[in-house]
Parts: sequence; structure tokens; C-alpha cells
Amino acid sequence: MFYREAGQFKTTYGSDEAIFPIVQDRWFVIAAIAFAVLVVPLFAGQYLYTEVLIPVLILSLAAIGLNILTGYCGQLSLGTGGFMAVGAYAAYNLALRVPEVNLILVFLFGGLMSMLVGILFGVPSLRIKGFYLAVATLASQFFLEWAFARIKWFTNYAPSGSVAVGPIELFGIPINSPERKYLFVFILVAVLALTAKNLVRSRVGRMWMAMRDMDIAAEIIGIRPLHAKLSAFAVSSFYVGVAGALWGFFRLGSWEPLAFDVNRSFQILFMVIIGGLSSILGSFLGAAFIVLVPIFLNQLPGWLGVGLSTATISHLEFMIFGAMIVFFLIVEPRGLARLWAIAKEKLRLWPFPY
Amino acid sequence: MLGPILETLIGGLLTGVLYALVALGFVLIFKASGVFNFAQGAMVLFAALSVARLSEKFPLPIAIVLAIGVMIVLAYAIEFLVLRRLVNQEGIVLFMSTLGVAYFLEGFGQTLWGSDIYKIDLGISKNPIFLFESVFPGGILIDPEEVAAAVICAILVTVLAVFFQVTRVGRALRAVADDHQAAQSVGIPLNYIWLVVWATSGIVAIAAGMIWGSKLGVQFSISLVALKALPVLILGGLTSIPGAIVGGLIIGAGEKLAEILLGPLLIRWFDLAGGGIENWFAYVLALLFLLVRPQGLFGERIIERI
Amino acid sequence: MTRTNFGAVLVALLGGIAFAAPAAAQNEQFIPHLVYRTGAYAPNGIPFANGVADYYRLVNERDGGINGVKIVYEECDTGYATDRGVECYERLKGKGPTGAAYFIPLSTGITFALTEKAPVDKIPIISMGYGRSESRDGSVFQWNFPLLGTYWTAADILIQHIAKIEGGMDKLKGKKIALVYHDSPYGKEPIALLTKRAQLNGFETMFLPVTHPGVEQKATWLQIRQNKPDYVLLWGWGVMNSTAIKEAVAVGYPREKMYGVWWSGAEPDVRPAEDGAKGYNAVMLQHGAGQFKLHEDLKKFVYDKNNGTAKWDETGEILYVRGAINGMLGIEAIRTAQKRFGNKPMTGEQVRWGIENLDLSADRLKQLGFEGVLKPIKVSCADHEGARTGRIQTWDGKNWKVSSDWYTADEAVVAPMVKETAAKYAADKKIAPGCLTN
Repeated sequence: MFYREAGQFKTTYGSDEAIFPIVQDRWFVIAAIAFAVLVVPLFAGQYLYTEVLIPVLILSLAAIGLNILTGYCGQLSLGTGGFMAVGAYAAYNLALRVPEVNLILVFLFGGLMSMLVGILFGVPSLRIKGFYLAVATLASQFFLEWAFARIKWFTNYAPSGSVAVGPIELFGIPINSPERKYLFVFILVAVLALTAKNLVRSRVGRMWMAMRDMDIAAEIIGIRPLHAKLSAFAVSSFYVGVAGALWGFFRLGSWEPLAFDVNRSFQILFMVIIGGLSSILGSFLGAAFIVLVPIFLNQLPGWLGVGLSTATISHLEFMIFGAMIVFFLIVEPRGLARLWAIAKEKLRLWPFPY
Repeated sequence: MLGPILETLIGGLLTGVLYALVALGFVLIFKASGVFNFAQGAMVLFAALSVARLSEKFPLPIAIVLAIGVMIVLAYAIEFLVLRRLVNQEGIVLFMSTLGVAYFLEGFGQTLWGSDIYKIDLGISKNPIFLFESVFPGGILIDPEEVAAAVICAILVTVLAVFFQVTRVGRALRAVADDHQAAQSVGIPLNYIWLVVWATSGIVAIAAGMIWGSKLGVQFSISLVALKALPVLILGGLTSIPGAIVGGLIIGAGEKLAEILLGPLLIRWFDLAGGGIENWFAYVLALLFLLVRPQGLFGERIIERI
Repeated sequence: MTRTNFGAVLVALLGGIAFAAPAAAQNEQFIPHLVYRTGAYAPNGIPFANGVADYYRLVNERDGGINGVKIVYEECDTGYATDRGVECYERLKGKGPTGAAYFIPLSTGITFALTEKAPVDKIPIISMGYGRSESRDGSVFQWNFPLLGTYWTAADILIQHIAKIEGGMDKLKGKKIALVYHDSPYGKEPIALLTKRAQLNGFETMFLPVTHPGVEQKATWLQIRQNKPDYVLLWGWGVMNSTAIKEAVAVGYPREKMYGVWWSGAEPDVRPAEDGAKGYNAVMLQHGAGQFKLHEDLKKFVYDKNNGTAKWDETGEILYVRGAINGMLGIEAIRTAQKRFGNKPMTGEQVRWGIENLDLSADRLKQLGFEGVLKPIKVSCADHEGARTGRIQTWDGKNWKVSSDWYTADEAVVAPMVKETAAKYAADKKIAPGCLTN
């Protein structure tokens, strides 16, 4: 009843090419953004900000990055954690060495550096495919992790190899409260997510998708694999790098290379698969799922008043999490985004399904 | 200088055999079902925990037999609960499902068997043997435990080769590996074959788990040796059993030599805070091989059609 | 389950997280504890967590709480991962009537992360025997308490011991000392001190990192075999320790020349290596293994009532005793705070004052059942460490045996380093150094 396209005529090229061509979708996105910016700060406590909203948003951004590469361009990568580390350390070093630089530039710099490294490590993808490529990307993961642990300049010669960011401010406004951090992260992520949404519909995005569906066929119709694959690596690493910088600055505050280890890569891959390959929305849903489910599972026995030992809870958390992933893949291999799409289909007919 | 290099080379080759043992489990499953089984590491952990805990109550040989039973049940559970329900899905979905299985097994193994550190005693001397002491100062060091591992690995590979070449089931396995649909159409039951493959790789996991467990003590970190098997896999080729062995040897020797020879140079040139390059070097080495042969050394040639 | 139902369940599931309602009585002291009873470091994390838990239970059972204030204790499993640790911290810091009394991270990585958060939330961090070495400077690290010893203390004691074996500090000249360390902030902490000591005493150093979790050490030990250092210091945790000892056996490096930090000198570290570990040494965080006066009470009030978290035989293990010590120091800090602020649940800020003014005399320790476990400890703003002494223990194949006299870390070496590093941290973070008075 409410979600109906009938009567929405596209009379201009502009309206035909809009990011959200359906009016209800547009309003939904605007409402969601308004809710996040205006309503959430009214009730959110610190825990909700720092442990739920900020991690979910930042990891969503990383998941979008990986989704561009894996979902849209079909290149399976397990090096996400390494690229996040590049972003985090690049941003840290710029902020440290040139303190007067604007915060936004710091994050963009993190993204750019990660992009350069990403292009470099993307070169083998021109020759290697599938699981071979996936394992080969682990080379970047382990190399980068090692580099940040060993090359002293990156950590400003910190004896412990751990770096910590100082006070953060934007245009003279200190970003110190969880609320401000959240708003900053939200706005940055929203802008980048909309950009990504737009990008994947563009010529570049279609090029990636052609490459994903069948690379040889794409090559024959005139898409250069060099351009397509490396641009996917570049854009993907940029997003991942910005996410890494945000993760370091707003989530951790102080970190060591272990914060970006191979488990982080797997975590983000989980988000992409559970959320749904080639879906920007799916990246958000997947991130929310992967961040929240373990927290939820961990606290559930406490809420229910079941006195389980800490060890049992942790083990159960592992087991249920693993089982849920398998269950999900069996029920809906195309992820949460697909569930969302089905819901929308249903809504279109509701309440008169004929 | 020759002495240490030779010693490192031998040590590396022997370590490589240990990697190959884990990689073998991967290959068996990938070959027969096209599943990139990331749960192999968790299976090694689970198998080692089973053997260790069972051997506290029973003599070792009985414990091993019981553990084999456990692994077969596990294989059946995975086949019945997971794989059968994911037939015809994309490779990446299957891969993710094995990651889910890995999580489950890590939790389940620790719940069932405990998360402390346990022992497996194979009765192999742990003291080093020194060879050629007259030729090189200090001799060449050999770890008897690793030699034993290499022997076990050799036996295992021979048994597997015979199993694949001679037996009826083995032939069926090869047929499935060649072409699922053709195999099914001549009447080979796919589900049964998958069960056999998973059970076999479970048994390989027991062998790997016992050797690693005797080396390191049985605890959670054993599941992480899977990460060491990955470069071995892609270097050798995902579908080749000899590839896993040769890959293991190359990676094992390569990374140890790099650590000893290249590590100190890198530290001096770039003023690094320590070496520790072997972790990424294995992957970079595999990557270099792949640039020349994208399907790995012994992998099947990738033929693409439109 | 249909797909829509499934979605609805999902939404309900995720929605639940926002509502974690704490229910607490008013006269309770809430103490959180970050533990790891699962994962790669569980064999070492479990006994420590048991020790802490049992001590709190003992105080509740025997004394009816701290001056009548019951302890409410909650564990949160971090798996030794920093981000999980931070999540646990955020989840637990506000619980109970007065919030968390203090945090015990049991991970240098988590300690680093919480160091940034503690001053904002006003909750002290007790990192007993770990954490940042410079955090003993309480004028900069007002909320950190690396009680009983930092890694610089440990490294300095080890060097002193080695010098004593060699026959004097001057005999160290030309010696080669290798450090095999866990590749994390934890393992890197001693490097600064060893470098300084190497300059002072003229020995050569060799730093060999081992990647987490430390099961791959073959190349490391081949390097040791080829370079033949005179001594090897081990800065490992979890499986890395037992693997290091096993690899030392495999390359034939004498265990008598190996010295571990206090986190590399407990039962789970040597037991898997069996006889191979005989002769291996470790610096003690003052205490050793065994059952003390304290254990009589533990038996009477906790274990005889079947309330113990460990098995009774395990209560004499090093990490268990260390957990109990950590629990005791925390409780005594709260007691100290109560003397000033009254017998009610303390806030984190009040507990901080309590730790900073913690003064346990030999008599008091005896009273608490810790005679022979700890030496007197006195904390102050200038010294958040409280004590800087240690001994060496040796594994004889069955038990840990104390094998040296007491050493005290050399202030002439350590103090300037603390001052310098703390000042740099203060400058980086724009902190004005100073002591807090309340």
C-alpha cells in the first residue's frame, strides 16, 4: 500500500538516473539519516555509541570497500586488515608530523596511501584468479602487518611499537565525546557510502561487474582488465584505508599491528558475505550482524539469569556464531540484503497480494 | 657458513613436511568436492584434542582408533548438516560455510575436551642428533621428532596413493574429482564419496594433530597452523597431492633460509626492529611461483571457455 | 521458519542489545575482571582468573565483604584481543551502584588501550607486573598502577642476576644476550632497557621477535644456535613459552642459560616440555609456587564448601597465586579508600586514591595470609609500582625452586628512563603532569 511505484513517472533523464529512483526509497534514506543524526543522540548512551554504533559504522565502511572488490569485481581478497592498517598508520603519521592538517584530510590521506598500496598488491590479480588470488592477498596482509611492526618510523620509534593518537579536533571543535565521534563517523561514512552507491551504477561499476561475471568475455567486448581490476583494487583499498584510519582514531585510540591482523580480514569478509555480495546496504547489515551477534550471545545468559561459567559462555558464543553462519548460508546464500529485497517485494503487494 | 645453511635447509625441509601434512587434508577435500575447506585447521585441533584426552583414559593405539571414529562421525555430521544443503552454491559460499564450521569446531572442541594444554606422547626422543661433526664445527643438527614426522607423512602419502589408485572407492574418488556430473551419471553416489573424503581428511588431521600436538602440546593455537598450510597449497596447486608435498618442502626450506639469510640483511639495511620475515615470506614466495604458473606447480591447467 | 519470520527474529535479536539493564543492590562493590578462559592464551589465563575469583569469594565468605560491603564480581572474556577487551570495559565500567572499582586487563595491549580511557572515565587500571613500564610515573599516568614490577624492573633484575653469575657487572662486557620476545607491545617493553644496559655494561644484544601466537620458532632457535648467545631471555606468553623451551631442547641450547620473565615462568610453560625444561629459570614477581597461610582460609571458606573455581591441587600454581595477590591488592586498595571515604561502596576515583596510598606492611601481609608470598609494598604518586624486587626460580623437572637472593632494580638506570619516556608521553598527549589529591 505504502510502497508502490505506480504513478511515479520518470519525465527527465535526471529522475531516471537518480540514486534512489523510487520516492519511498528516497524518503526512507532521508528518514534514516535524519534519525541517525537527530534522534539517536537524544537517547544513546556511551556504550551504544562506542561499542555498537561507531564500530558498526566503521566496519560497514570497510565492508563496502571489500564489497566493491569482491562483490562487484569478483576478486576475493583476504588482505583487508592489512589495508586498514595502512590507512590507520598513514593517518597517524600525517597527524603526528603535520599537526596543522585538517582532520578530514588526515583520513583522506589514510585512504590515498592505502589506495596506492592496494594498487600495488592488486597487480597479481591480473594473472591469478579465484582461491589462488585469495591466498595470494594474504601475502599483503602478512607483509603489511610485519612492516608496521618492524619499520620503526611508522610508529614514530615508539619502544613498545604501539601508537596512540592525541586529542582530535575538526575546525577547532574538539571531537572528544562519544556523541561527536559518532556524528563525525556517521557523516563521513554516509557520504562515502552514497558515493559508492553512485559509483557502482556508473560506467566504472558496470565495468567491474562485467569483469566479475566473466573476465574473458568482458575483455572481448573491450574492457581492459588492467583498468577494471586495478581501479577496483584502488577504490576498494581507499574505502578500507579510510575505515582503518577511523578504526584507529575513533575506536581504538591506541593500537598495535595486531589490531589489524588476519582475523580482521576474515571478520570483514564475513560481513560482506552475510550482508550480501554486491550490495551497499548489505555491507551495513552484515557489519551490524557480525558486530552485534557476538556481543549479544555473550550477554544473553546474563540477561536470562542462567549461571554459566565465563568459559562456557565463550565457547557457546563460538559455536552458535559458527552455526549461525552456516545456517545463514544455507537459508539465504545471497545474504541479508537479499532478505531485505524479498521484504520489499512483499511490501509492494501488501496488503492485497494480487 | 655452509654448515648453518645446510642445517637450516634440512630443518626447513622437515618443517615443510609438517606443513604438507596439513595441506594434504585441504587438497583431498578440494579435489573431490571443490570445497576450500578452511576448517582443516580446526579439524586438526579437534583431532589432536580427541587423541590427547582419550589417551588419558586409554592406551594410545586405542585412543587413536576411537579418535578415528570421532572424526568419521564429524565428517558425517559436516556432510549431512552442511555440505548436502549447499549443493550447487558458489565456491565462496562453500568456503564461508567451512569458516563457520571452523568457528563451531573451535568452540565445540574446547567445550568437549577443555581449553587447557594437553600432552600427546609419541615416545620419540626430543634430544637433537648431530651429524657430520667432523666436517662442520658443531655438526649438523637434526630433530628426531621431525624425522619421525617425515616418515609418518611418507607412509601416509603412500597409503593414500595406493588407496586412490587401487581400491574401488579410490577410483570412484578420482572419477568424482575429474567430473562431478559424469561420475554421478555412471552411478557413483556423490554423498557417499564426500563422506569418504571428509573422513579421510579427518584421519589425515589426526596424523597432523598428533605430530603437531607432540611438538607444541595440544592447545588452541594448533588450529592456526592452517594458515601456514595455505601458501603450501597454492604453490603446489589446490588439486595435487604431490603438489602439497613439494610445495611444503619449498615453502619450509624457503622461509627458514630467508629468515636466516635475508632477515639479518633486511634488519641492517632498513634498521628494522627485528626480523621475523618468514611469515610473509612464505606467501610472497608462493605468489612469485603463481605469477609464473597461476594454477600452482602441479595444479590442473585452467581452461576457460566463453 | 519462513523468511519473514526469520527476519523478524533477527530484528528482535539485534534490538535486545540496547537494553542491558543493570540491577544492583546499594551496598555492593562492583569489580569487573577481564579474563581469557578460551583461545590461544587460555592455559595461562584460566589459573590467574581462578585466583582472582576465589580471593573475592573468600573475602565475601570469611569477612562478609570489605568492611561489610559485598563484592559483586563479573568476568568478561576477552580472548586476549584488544577490541574485545575495550568492549568488555565499556560494558562493565558503569555497572553496580558506584561503577567499576578498577580494571585488571591481564594484557599489555588492552592496558595500552585502556590507558587512554581511564582518565576520562575515572577508573584505575591495575596492571600488576605488566603494562607500560613508564606508567609507574603516577604524575603522568595518574590512573595506571603497574604494581609489584614493570618489565624494566624484570629486565634489570635479570641482567643483575646474569652479572652475578658471571662474577660482576664488568664481566658482562663482550657477552651476548638474546631476547626472544612475543611480537606485541608486551614483548617489546624490555628492549629499551636492555639497549640501555647494553650501552652501560658493554654486552651485545640480539632481538628475536616471535609472531603471535608463537608456535613457529624454528628459525628463531636456529639463529640462536648459530649465533651462540651466552644467555637467552624469554619474553613470551601462552604457548610461545612452552614452544620456546621445546625448540631450545631441539637445538640443544642449554636451558640453564635461559631466563624467562615472570609471565614465562609458570607451570603451563614448562610442563609440556617435560624433562626438557629442567634447569630453565625465570624471574619471580616476588612470589613463587606453593600453598601458603592464605590457602588455609581458601580451603576452609571456599573449597570445603565446593565453591572453588579451580581444582584444589591447582591452587598452589604460580599463576593462581598471582591472581590471588592481584585480588588482594585490589581489595586492600578499596579498604584503604574506605578509611578515608567511609565504609560504603567506593567509586573508581576513590579507589584510585586508595591504590595510590596503599601501604601494606609485613605485619598486615602476615595478617592477610600472604607471609612468604609478598614483601611490603608502598605505593605513592611518584611510584605507582610500589616495589621493585624479585628473585630467580628454577624448574627442577617437578617444581619451581627459588634459586637466588632478592634483587632490586637499579634506580640509577631505570628512573631516568621512566622520567624521560613519561615526559614524552605527557607532551604527545598534552597532559600536564601532577599528582591528584583526591
